[in-house]
Amino acid sequence: MFAAARALSRHCRIPRSCPAARCISSSATRRSDALFVHRDTPYNNPKIAFEFSPENLKRAQEIISHYPPQYKKAAVIPLLDLGQRQNKGWTSISVMNYVANLLDMPPMRVYEVATFYTMFNREPIGEHFVQVCTTTPCMLRGAYDILDTVCGHLGGIKPGETTKDGKFTVIEVECQGACSNAPMMVVGDDFYEDLTAETTRKVLDAFKKGEKPKPGPQSGRHTSENSAGLTALTEKPYGPGEHCQPEFA
Amino acid sequence: MLRHASSATRIARPFRAKLRRSFATVQDTPVRRYGGLKDQDRIFTNAYCRHDHGIKGATSRGDWHKTKEILLKGDSWIIQTIKDSGLRGRGGAGFPSGLKWSFMNKPGWEKDPRPRYLVVNADEGEPGTCKDREILRGDPHKLIEGCLVAGRAMNASAAYIYIRGEFYQEASHVQQAINEAYKAGYLGKNACGSGYSFDVYLHRGAGAYICGEETALIESLEGKQGKPRLKPPFPADVGLFGCPTTVANVETVAVAPTICRRGASWFAGFGRARNQGTKLYCISGHVNNPCVVEEEMSIPLKDLIEKHCGGVRGGWDNLLGIIPGGSSVPVLPIDKCSEVLMDYDSLKDAQSGLGTGAVIVMDKSTDIVKAIARFAHFYKHESCGQCTPCREGTTWMMNMMDRFVEGRGHQREIDMLLELTKQIEGRTICALGDAAAWPIQGLMRHFRPEVEKRIAQFREVNGPVLFGGRLKSQTDPTLALPDNLGANLPEVGAPSQSQSASA
Repeated sequence: MFAAARALSRHCRIPRSCPAARCISSSATRRSDALFVHRDTPYNNPKIAFEFSPENLKRAQEIISHYPPQYKKAAVIPLLDLGQRQNKGWTSISVMNYVANLLDMPPMRVYEVATFYTMFNREPIGEHFVQVCTTTPCMLRGAYDILDTVCGHLGGIKPGETTKDGKFTVIEVECQGACSNAPMMVVGDDFYEDLTAETTRKVLDAFKKGEKPKPGPQSGRHTSENSAGLTALTEKPYGPGEHCQPEFA
Repeated sequence: MLRHASSATRIARPFRAKLRRSFATVQDTPVRRYGGLKDQDRIFTNAYCRHDHGIKGATSRGDWHKTKEILLKGDSWIIQTIKDSGLRGRGGAGFPSGLKWSFMNKPGWEKDPRPRYLVVNADEGEPGTCKDREILRGDPHKLIEGCLVAGRAMNASAAYIYIRGEFYQEASHVQQAINEAYKAGYLGKNACGSGYSFDVYLHRGAGAYICGEETALIESLEGKQGKPRLKPPFPADVGLFGCPTTVANVETVAVAPTICRRGASWFAGFGRARNQGTKLYCISGHVNNPCVVEEEMSIPLKDLIEKHCGGVRGGWDNLLGIIPGGSSVPVLPIDKCSEVLMDYDSLKDAQSGLGTGAVIVMDKSTDIVKAIARFAHFYKHESCGQCTPCREGTTWMMNMMDRFVEGRGHQREIDMLLELTKQIEGRTICALGDAAAWPIQGLMRHFRPEVEKRIAQFREVNGPVLFGGRLKSQTDPTLALPDNLGANLPEVGAPSQSQSASA
């Protein structure tokens, strides 16, 4: 994470050998974590056809019907998500163009959305998309060790890279909202929580074998209750009308 | 404390105390201890997903019970009940919910032909917060029923639930609940047989923390980039699709039906005045057993941790600091942690905030500077880029915090950083700028000596550091260096350290 600082210190060490560098501001030009413009490539260009499958088209029509007819474009995020799922987990330029066409939107408005939201991958990803959360609550419970374990176990790749066999892509993400179950990682759509280095490897091995391990906490607890025994909700839940005002009893 | 003082004066002046008439005061008013909520008073009875989350399980736990009667009571009754219950928004800002909902029913609202919307904010992204998730997957019917009741209160025609895209399982539970409710006739035309028609739709986001801000959420729901809008006009006038809209947190909406059924006074009976009710707290970090738990408002922070989480790792004395309300609020040191109550006012008095009730505990093994620097990274990543102070400032703060982690900085840069946070705070459209600034201000308020120590140590090893992190030893002595880079400034703030360095 502190690559920035490391880069900076590297940058600072250089001038000793080349005294010509005389800058007042010492902050280096830093690129964002993803490219925000599209460049045509053999695997990603507008000529590659994309179309919703019949069942996805039906789903898309159902989603569009949720919004007022003059605001069809409100469906752009769900539709891009649908397209991404159909297109092996990434949103190509063809998906964006197709969605724009479907919703009668200028393509640029769709590109804007697709670049803004982090869940749209604009580059191909592996079969299993592993996202490790490293925000502070997870960091406190050792998320960077988990990230190192994941990267090491998948053959020494770096966050943001895909394994050579194209099976796994690993990235580092911000808070996923499972902080009481930290550290956690997401594989595909499922949360794997309460990880240790050992259980992390176990989960990854299962995916390597083509199995799907059980999502949720890997430590044996059910959800986010106290792992040493329930401190709340131990009784049978109260039923309809119990404890209510007389008129609603 | 008070009693000590009075007894001390009695000993010091025994005669005068006897002669003087005492005031007629109640002696020893019983001190109320908050906390210890019973299971029968917990609203989210399936928070741990130990029971069926479907409609059958939900009705057996009392959801959808006499909802028709609540709806038939009318909008003003529901709003008055919520006002009497003292419910405040659970999303972080703590605005009184009854008042907020009543903004939708301005005089003459019936003449407005526009549709009206309730938008439920289930874009839970604040680091540390995982309470709404338990509602969404365990008790989705409470939320759907809440949408109907809150929607009736503000005469809305439809509700959109904006759920963060990462919550896939949660979204499927909510969608299942919506489908079941439609099938049972609880939603749609003539909802619950009350003659009131109401629709609920689920909308999945795509991963942007900023969409938790109410106007950004509206923008995102309209299919645009989630960039906050300038207020006014407030969403209650011009909101989603240009129509009157109210955005409310999941927890706020989901508690409404239970409050209506069990009575406002029941809900108001918990917690201190103006901080009433029950609340889901999520505790993460260095505690023995992190968990999510529904407790009474105003429970002492220490009690919450000792009772429900098995205490701090290594005992209470091993505590370094606690962030009591999610990443956006300042950190509290141990002495404050042992006395604050978990409610809006007490935490505000302690110069922090309740936020979303997300307690992040850090023990003495924590690198506190690094922890806060990681928050700076988070805000840099999540800033939407619309307002310059936030877009540029979060990057600057991140860079400076990263340097402070290893101590590469000048003592004066701490104040520069603080000034920078002040320049961001309150100068942006939404509160993300403030939220990014507060953790750093909190760090410097309580842990400044730690930062200074690191800077001094780094200086001892590497010699003077210029503003911006360059070492003086790396500058070219043949070139003139501007004076404003701090190369020739003596260190200030830690005299003993600098003396030892010069000696």
